[in-house]
Amino acid sequence: MFWRMIIKTLIRQKSKMLMIAFTVVLGVSLSTAMMNVMLGVGDKVNRELKVYGANITVRHKDAALMSDLYGLTEGQGVNDKFLYEEDVLKLKSIFWGFNILDFVPVLDGNAILRFNQKVIGNASLIGTWPEKNAVLSTGEELHTGLKALRTWWDISGEWLNEDENDAVMLGKNLASQNNIHVGDAITLTQNGITKSFLVKGIFHDGGNSDEKILMTLPAVQELMNLPGKIASIEVSALTTPDNDLARKAAQDPTSLSPDEYETWYCTAYVSAICHQIQEVIRDGVAKPVRQVAESEGTILNKTTLLMVLITILSSIGSALAISNLITASVIERSQELGLLKALGAYNWHIALLVLVEVMLTGLAGGVIGYFLGIGFAQIIGQTVFGSYIEIARMVILIVAVILFFVTLVGSIPAIRYLMALKPTEVLHGK
Amino acid sequence: MSARKILELKNVSKIYGNLKALADINLSVNAGDWLSIMGPSGSGKTTMINIIGCMDTPSVGSVILDDVDISKENAASLTRIRRDKIGLIFQQFHLISYLTAVENVMVAQYYHSMPDEAEAMEALDKVGLADRARHLPAQLSGGEQQRVCIARALINSPQILLGDEPTGNLDEENEGIVVDIFRRLHDEGVTIIIVTHDPEVGDVAQRKIILEHGKIVDDIDQSATFGEALKLKHNN
Repeated sequence: MFWRMIIKTLIRQKSKMLMIAFTVVLGVSLSTAMMNVMLGVGDKVNRELKVYGANITVRHKDAALMSDLYGLTEGQGVNDKFLYEEDVLKLKSIFWGFNILDFVPVLDGNAILRFNQKVIGNASLIGTWPEKNAVLSTGEELHTGLKALRTWWDISGEWLNEDENDAVMLGKNLASQNNIHVGDAITLTQNGITKSFLVKGIFHDGGNSDEKILMTLPAVQELMNLPGKIASIEVSALTTPDNDLARKAAQDPTSLSPDEYETWYCTAYVSAICHQIQEVIRDGVAKPVRQVAESEGTILNKTTLLMVLITILSSIGSALAISNLITASVIERSQELGLLKALGAYNWHIALLVLVEVMLTGLAGGVIGYFLGIGFAQIIGQTVFGSYIEIARMVILIVAVILFFVTLVGSIPAIRYLMALKPTEVLHGK
Repeated sequence: MSARKILELKNVSKIYGNLKALADINLSVNAGDWLSIMGPSGSGKTTMINIIGCMDTPSVGSVILDDVDISKENAASLTRIRRDKIGLIFQQFHLISYLTAVENVMVAQYYHSMPDEAEAMEALDKVGLADRARHLPAQLSGGEQQRVCIARALINSPQILLGDEPTGNLDEENEGIVVDIFRRLHDEGVTIIIVTHDPEVGDVAQRKIILEHGKIVDDIDQSATFGEALKLKHNN
């Protein structure tokens, strides 16, 4: 009898129930879209922010110490401390290796620059991987290089290729001051070795790199007579914004309890990734580039907050709309519901009847709203990030809980009205 | 052997602010009695029937229904007592518009115990509506709707059948049919209490109470003319 009454009521009140379902569809679709975007946006925003370069640098522990203690960035104890090039690819083997998007080893050097037989002076060199393609021991193909980390560079001419050890790229200032153009040849002399290089490109960085010469790592290693050595590694990694646990771990990982350590280690906090990098790079100390890492965290936190606010506001809006619709429906049916009380229905019988009607309607609206929300999420993903948003299964549970409580809260005024409804007030035609 | 007392109102008053809707009412009803309550509008008839029907409580006094004082019971207890002991008939029928006649009867079963369609059909058969059981209220005449309402009131075998102007919305022919049903129910021993404006319906009862300004001004024993009035009503 209960279900017969429910079904017949739903059919009879279809226009009102459709309005309730429509309200739920709007609320749930918005919540679903926002939550899926919120959960998927971390990586998307991080990837967007990767255009600003590396967010972790790895240096020799002694060089890092000198820098931390005395603020030294060059000189004895800094420039003569090296990491090993052979360790660099091990970065992809760490627990969060998949989150490491790009990385390059860097070896700084200097050499006497000559152009048109004329000595220009001592020039700073940057030796790195302009491009790097390799197959890791896991079988994974690796494509990285400085090109991926300097997406904002304005290039005249072309980028260096992976093995172009006889070509260089010049910083814009250095090139313009000395009237050097793409296609010209320069010579560099260091440690008694003189080599000629083709200027393949001129880059504009906007920083002090514009005064330098970019070369392949082997070329600088040869000139500096430092085979297999590198000074630092620039790493671009997807990270999770820091929280109290991450901040505590960054101070001292040994202060964490075993459970805390496991949580921290298995979360892509920048400090956890740095810690894991240090485990594979001999003598290396990995440190976040704070400005970049913190900006990422701030933007991500604010984006997440915005999504949460939209979800909360849409839920409140749905609850208010549902509340109005249910109350109107119950007032319209007060005679029928009063009759049920007169026939012996307890308050909870009536409340259950109304709640089940509303919940069923909400469920139907919720299912439609969920799939619509997934569609909205994909539209947002395509429009804003140019890629699909991964659907998070946990959103189903969250949306179901939100839907349940929104419907329940929205039903409260109607239920209160029902509780106070006296059969005598509605059955005697008054 | 004297009849068992099914209902007793002792010094019952119902006060709304400065208004005394019922003033010091004393009334006894025996099991199997047929009582009509008459009086002008505002005399307290509906208030009295609400209190007897466990839909309201008196401000003062006590109401003993089947040996239980219901005047101090809470809303949930009153609901239970009403469900178990009272069958209600309304002037405006109050059938649920989207349920068929038989389903309307089954609703009362559902809130009492368990819906039983065969039993509900039997109740409709008793009021001559077995062939209209699958019709919606809108497809039934006023008289038929009131008979469905009576079937619904009777389905749980109540101790008292309580009618609030049960013929108020019926034409003379249907009024006769309904009164005839009451007569049969009375013969079966059902206690009937009816509020009515209609003197003809009031006259066919065994006993007639006249209310004015919340007080019983007359309590007429119509036992002597009971059978005659019924015959007259029936013949008309």
